[in-house]
Amino acid sequence: MPFKHKDIIGLQDLTREEIELLLNTAENLKEINERDIKKVPTLRGKTVVNLFYEASTRTRTSFEIAAKRLSADTINITASTSSVTKGETLSDTARNVLAMKPDIIVMRHAISGAHHYLAQRVSCSVINAGDGAHEHPSQGLLDMLTMRQKFGSLEGLKVAIVGDITHSRVARSNIYGLTKMGANVFLAGPPTMMPPGIERLGNVTVCNDMREAVADADVVMMLRIQLERQGKTLLPTLKEYSRYFGLNNHVLQLAKKDAMVMHPGPINRGVELCSHVADGDQSHILKQVENGVAVRMSMLYHVSGGELATE
Amino acid sequence: MNLLIKGGRVVDPSQNIDDSMDLLVEDGRIKEMGKGLKAPAGAEIIDAAGLLVTPGFIDMHVHLRDPGLEYKEDIVTGTRAAAAGGFTSVACMPNTKPVNDNKAITSYIVNKARNEALVNVFPVGSITQGSKGESLAEMGELKESGCVAVSDDGRPVGNGELMRRALEYAKGMGIMVIAHSEELALVGEGVMNEGFTSTELGLKGIPWAAEDVAVARDVYLAEFTGSPLHIAHISTSGSVRIIRNAKARGVKVTCETAPHYFSLTDDAVRGYNTNAKMNPPLREAADVAAIKAGLADGTIDAIATDHAPHHLDEKDVEFNLALNGIVGLETSLPLSLQLVADGVVDLKTLLEKMTCNPAQILGIDRGTLQVGAAADITVIDPAREWVVAAEQLASKSKNSPFIGRKMKGAAVYTIVGGKVVFKR
Repeated sequence: MPFKHKDIIGLQDLTREEIELLLNTAENLKEINERDIKKVPTLRGKTVVNLFYEASTRTRTSFEIAAKRLSADTINITASTSSVTKGETLSDTARNVLAMKPDIIVMRHAISGAHHYLAQRVSCSVINAGDGAHEHPSQGLLDMLTMRQKFGSLEGLKVAIVGDITHSRVARSNIYGLTKMGANVFLAGPPTMMPPGIERLGNVTVCNDMREAVADADVVMMLRIQLERQGKTLLPTLKEYSRYFGLNNHVLQLAKKDAMVMHPGPINRGVELCSHVADGDQSHILKQVENGVAVRMSMLYHVSGGELATE
Repeated sequence: MNLLIKGGRVVDPSQNIDDSMDLLVEDGRIKEMGKGLKAPAGAEIIDAAGLLVTPGFIDMHVHLRDPGLEYKEDIVTGTRAAAAGGFTSVACMPNTKPVNDNKAITSYIVNKARNEALVNVFPVGSITQGSKGESLAEMGELKESGCVAVSDDGRPVGNGELMRRALEYAKGMGIMVIAHSEELALVGEGVMNEGFTSTELGLKGIPWAAEDVAVARDVYLAEFTGSPLHIAHISTSGSVRIIRNAKARGVKVTCETAPHYFSLTDDAVRGYNTNAKMNPPLREAADVAAIKAGLADGTIDAIATDHAPHHLDEKDVEFNLALNGIVGLETSLPLSLQLVADGVVDLKTLLEKMTCNPAQILGIDRGTLQVGAAADITVIDPAREWVVAAEQLASKSKNSPFIGRKMKGAAVYTIVGGKVVFKR
């Protein structure tokens, strides 16, 4: 089955079959990352531009490695070093980048919808590496891949997502992806961080009490609390947040015995996640990072018109 | 130049007229109304069979961007857009550059309009100096030099005490205060209505409470001071309820809404459409229903477009960076007529909100076809179908969410002071 999309802006736009295709291909490509010579010629001659308007270590590095392992040429443009600081508009930056004939632009941008804007204006493929509080599809896919590796299928899994849902693109992509794949998503967080109508995004259940969401969960996904982004009115203190919405061993015991603990990173140790849990046996945080490369290889491959690798 | 408008359906809410008749204009004034009028020698005759003949429309809330922001619009292009939309009078908001907070700016607008505008221009001065919300503008001089109201439109007077004093002072000067009621702390960094759509799009929301809280404050200050108050561009069901209740207990409050608040919901933002970004933001279906109910029961006195031209460069950007506002002068008539087609209001009720009501609120001598009145007349073909096309808009700016939309109803003659300024 061919992948029909020129761009990957969000998991909202993909069908269950398309998500499965991306995950299956990632599973097949993963093996390359274990080789001595970690390179295949699949995207040789293709140019991938990483256009990052927001700070990122994990995602940018992961996309770059993914592109390089597929033999694409990669260029990184970050906001602090580019003409963006000289006041160039996204439209002009895009036009200039496009004049250099890239095949794929991987972009991260602080404003929701920036990719939608970009994709309408360029002929090359656009992959969303995170836009505002909208979507972060590669994160959603790598989270699902990590869960699938453990459970075989996502059908019927109980997944708790805890934290600032309002400002989280990770939560939205996971909600779209997981509910399409048949998982049951439970959200928890302070009401100041729960956006209106979120339960209508997919079939999700909103819990006031974190313990309700975590009870008998197969997966507990903790979100990063970003006080610098979210302002001072949403929470009394990080200490109180940690007490009611942080994951420690005590709360984790409410979940299924072998439940997975996940986090998109970077972690605030002692805030949303205590170190025991973050570094404990149930933590799959580094596995997520590892899977990130394979998932991004799969995304780059499929927007380039690849048809291989279904099971 | 004399003019005989023959055989139209004349609807004039100011005189409670809705009848087929002729209208004779002489020397810029309404000379006679009646059936079978004879054209005087040399008079131009307009055959209005099948057409509506109404008092010229008055838009009490537009932004002409002149002086200082003429790259978006100016007094000539803005009034050309007004004429094309059937408007014979507009009241222009003071958020120009510099702000219209003194008689020099007002005089500039009045003089330029007198020499170059296609329709009557009534300036609105600011409530506070520079619209900064710190100290009162010279309302006496503003009024004397031609302002018909004061408003800090675009931003609220945040300080309640200053708003109280503005209402008291304006009452003494006999000038209407128009409130832009918005609680900025509740707006925060919001860029669209807060609701399911903002959740889905991941955009920061503006809660309806940001409007309602401020409308309530301003209504209570009007009640407390006993001063008249007009509230601009209401968009929420709460605003309608607050104003309805205030009117019932005798508060001297009036209000307006804009066509987009009864024609669109925040669904229009989907796709990150910056031409659906304005302030207040497009709301939800229940608000649209409440706005319609408010129009029907008289809570909402006027329909004003909040015509807010912006250059393409200010809209063709990421959603958060786009400026607020849409052009509205050329789409108001068909969108408003749709209310009649949908049975929300009858034609006379609709027209009073576009003619005599705004005239009365602003205290201007317009909005009527009474014999002796200035001959400001709009002739409408209610059956005419057309599609909104950017290149056909007379406005310098094309920032409309209605581009490509099929419309029904258009002004075919716009007559100001007896002179045809627009003909379609």
